[in-house]
Amino acid sequence: MTGGWRRQRALIDFAVANMARRRGRNLGLFLAYTLVVFLISGVVLYGDALRREARALLADAPELVVQRLTAGRHDLIPAGWTETLAGLRGVTAVQGRLWGYHYDPALGANLTLWVPLEDAPLPGQVQIGSALAREKGLGRDDVLSFRDAYGKPFPFAVAGTLERQSELANADLMLVNEKDFRAFFAFPQGMFTDLALSVRNPREVRKVAEKVLERLPAARVISREEMARTYEAAFNWRQGLLLSVLSVLLLAFALLAWDKASGLSAEERREIGILKAVGWETGDVLAMKLWEGGLLSLTAFLAGYILAWLHVFHADAPLFTAVLKGWSVLYPRFALVPEVNVAQLASLAFLTVLPYVAATLVPVWRAATLDPDGVMRE
Amino acid sequence: MIFQPPALALLFASSLNALMLTGVGLFALYLLVRWNPASGGEAQIALERRTHLASTLVALSLVLGLPALALFVHTADAMAPFFIGAMCAIGSLKANVWGFPALYTMLAGFFLAAAWLVLNHLDNRGWDYPLIRPKYGLLLLLAPLALAQAVLLWLYFLDLQPAVITSCCGSLFGPAAEGVGHDLAALPVQWARPAYGLVWGLTLASGGLFLARGRGGRVFGVLSGLHLPAALAAVVAFVSLYIYEEPNHHCPFCLLQAEHGHAGWLLYPLLFLGTAAGVGAGLAMGVRADSLQDAGPLAARKLAWVAMAGIGGFGLLAWGYVWRSNLVLG
Amino acid sequence: MIELLDVHKTFNPGRENEYQAIRGVSLAIEAGKVTALRGPSGSGKTTLLGLLGGLTRPTRGRVRLDGRDVSALSERFLTLLRRDTFGFVFQQFQLIRDLSVLDNVMLPAQPTGRSYAEIRRRALALLEDLGLAQRAATPSQWLSGGEAQRAAIARALINDPRVILADEPTSHLDSDLSQQILAILGRLREQGRTLILSSHDPLVFEVGLVERVVTVKDGVIVP
Repeated sequence: MTGGWRRQRALIDFAVANMARRRGRNLGLFLAYTLVVFLISGVVLYGDALRREARALLADAPELVVQRLTAGRHDLIPAGWTETLAGLRGVTAVQGRLWGYHYDPALGANLTLWVPLEDAPLPGQVQIGSALAREKGLGRDDVLSFRDAYGKPFPFAVAGTLERQSELANADLMLVNEKDFRAFFAFPQGMFTDLALSVRNPREVRKVAEKVLERLPAARVISREEMARTYEAAFNWRQGLLLSVLSVLLLAFALLAWDKASGLSAEERREIGILKAVGWETGDVLAMKLWEGGLLSLTAFLAGYILAWLHVFHADAPLFTAVLKGWSVLYPRFALVPEVNVAQLASLAFLTVLPYVAATLVPVWRAATLDPDGVMRE
Repeated sequence: MIFQPPALALLFASSLNALMLTGVGLFALYLLVRWNPASGGEAQIALERRTHLASTLVALSLVLGLPALALFVHTADAMAPFFIGAMCAIGSLKANVWGFPALYTMLAGFFLAAAWLVLNHLDNRGWDYPLIRPKYGLLLLLAPLALAQAVLLWLYFLDLQPAVITSCCGSLFGPAAEGVGHDLAALPVQWARPAYGLVWGLTLASGGLFLARGRGGRVFGVLSGLHLPAALAAVVAFVSLYIYEEPNHHCPFCLLQAEHGHAGWLLYPLLFLGTAAGVGAGLAMGVRADSLQDAGPLAARKLAWVAMAGIGGFGLLAWGYVWRSNLVLG
Repeated sequence: MIELLDVHKTFNPGRENEYQAIRGVSLAIEAGKVTALRGPSGSGKTTLLGLLGGLTRPTRGRVRLDGRDVSALSERFLTLLRRDTFGFVFQQFQLIRDLSVLDNVMLPAQPTGRSYAEIRRRALALLEDLGLAQRAATPSQWLSGGEAQRAAIARALINDPRVILADEPTSHLDSDLSQQILAILGRLREQGRTLILSSHDPLVFEVGLVERVVTVKDGVIVP
């Protein structure tokens, strides 16, 4: 060990002892600090997780979705449109999609019935979202029955549940076969809910959308980019709103930290005077005080972040649900998929630790530059 | 306008940084006029005490600078999907005119702050404040840079239009591009490889000589500085090709992505830290002051070790990628 | 070894509570001797002690240590110099509450970068020597006056300084304890250290410890 490192260790030791001696005061600051980190981390973790869910939702979406509008309302699309669009330059594939909503009175929620373009379940079978499975207590081979378009019971055998990569995307989802779908909803043959267009070059998406509208003036074209931006804007706005509310709290906390750091008691001034009189240099006292702040920040940050993590990913984030989620239909239970990433941790440290450091730096420096001979003049 | 948490964090950190360094810069002006070590008067002591605050603030600025730089590049990379045509950080940075200037000021700020901390360390070792004037003179450069960086970051994030069509890295480093990026990419691998090897070898040799014999510290400093552009040119000219295993993909930013094993996150920190330490070692050997006859070489040695580890590590890693690659070029 | 050349010290200069504590003192302290500053309270003894020990900077005049002008030294180097050269024993003991006696004694050595084990060994040896070994782990506020003064002396010795400065070393002690402390100071002189005391306690001047008396009155030395 070199002298420089030994010096730092001695300063850390003293800083720890110093904090332990003022337990009551430091505990209050620690709790306030932890609360601030908890709230801000919570908003960021929750918002980022929702964003990730939305991205997962869109990851498999086609570049363009074409809907038909009749009198301004979403209408079913005849299969003939498929050929009309297949010939467009830049379009690699056009597929008709089938999906719709079914209201389940027992659950009080809308379920989404979806016919996957590939690997659809066998007739009479269904794959269901994990939230739905949980809420209805369903497992493999159980039978799920709903009243169809004619009011008769329509049974589906559960072939499996959907994996939990994204709960937002498939919590209320039922994947069914095309034949069952048409039978259940009495959906006319030769009609689709909408069309999925694949476009190879992302730079041509806009051009293709324009050409679709030229050929089919009654169509509405939605691009994946546009949906992504809509989601993004909605989340950003909500998250930004919450963060700006919390920034007031952050400011209050910074003021508290500043006040605590600058309002040195007579006892503390005397102690710093003693340290300087017995040979501690201004830089030594400064380093010791910075260690105090650093250790407090580290522990409060970890405590706040871990609590926020548990709140968001294991307790369903009751504090934020109403504001941030908002746009979704009723979900029986909503568990986000956890993720840790370094950029997010760095952002959070910038947003929470930096205000503390900034607020305490000048008071700490003032304390460290107290006159050493004050001790003699008492 | 994109206000995700990383963007907010960067804006906050850079604004705070600008505020701190502007304050320190104003203090530097005041100090350069009033500094009088012969006086033991109250004013001089007060001035001396303020230098503690100034050096703490610049140290904090450096501590912020490197993670902020990393966060900025990472955010740019992560935002790429929101711009049409963007494939990596380049597309996001080129989404408006402020991106690259902001990146350059952050890089320059990092190297200047590192140089300042070396001067500060040495100055604290001499009993008569031997470097106080060059040190505070340098702050007059650092402060406006920090201000420019904050302004550029604000402009960048405020001016981001999500739907904008931007360019991908191919347009900067591809065969059809123009400018420095293209020129570097067009360097024939056959001679870019030995050329970089020569610069790298010379830099390490001069560092080795300095550590063994205590001579040539300033030469090592200069070579470490020159090694940086050579290393960046090498990344564009050939290292990238071997990592992507594609003969025409020269982008230095795609290296940061997970598909390529985060190679950039290993290469660039080593390179930047090594360069800063190497230049710092040269600086420590270059200062002339009676009170630093022992402290200068001592600090230079420590810095030279760090520089050798950084620059040596960067080169070894780069050659490792070249060697292990499945791509065969000339 | 220490010289003051026409030294002045003014507190709060230019303000309403401006106060001239020292007004033109020239004084040379000899190495290896015991010098005592004598004078009534408020005469400037303590300030003079601070000036001699590099704790207080002169407003005017020069302070020389071994022939080197230290009054223009930067605060940092003055502190380092002071830490290695001087040990202070303050009038009010000035131990830190809630820290053990041992921790208090080790305090001046903490930022020197010496190893913890080495500092601890030296501190324990000093406490042993001063008869405080069994109180090493006691919080400092539990010590009696005589014990606190001995702990303060141990702290002053931790960096093995050449010069010990003691401000009114017997002022809070009864005569038995005062004798004890003066005996300890006598041993320090025998170790070859330079001692500078300030006192108005007659006992200090009677025991034969002091070799030179400097009388201070109203901030000047009176012959």
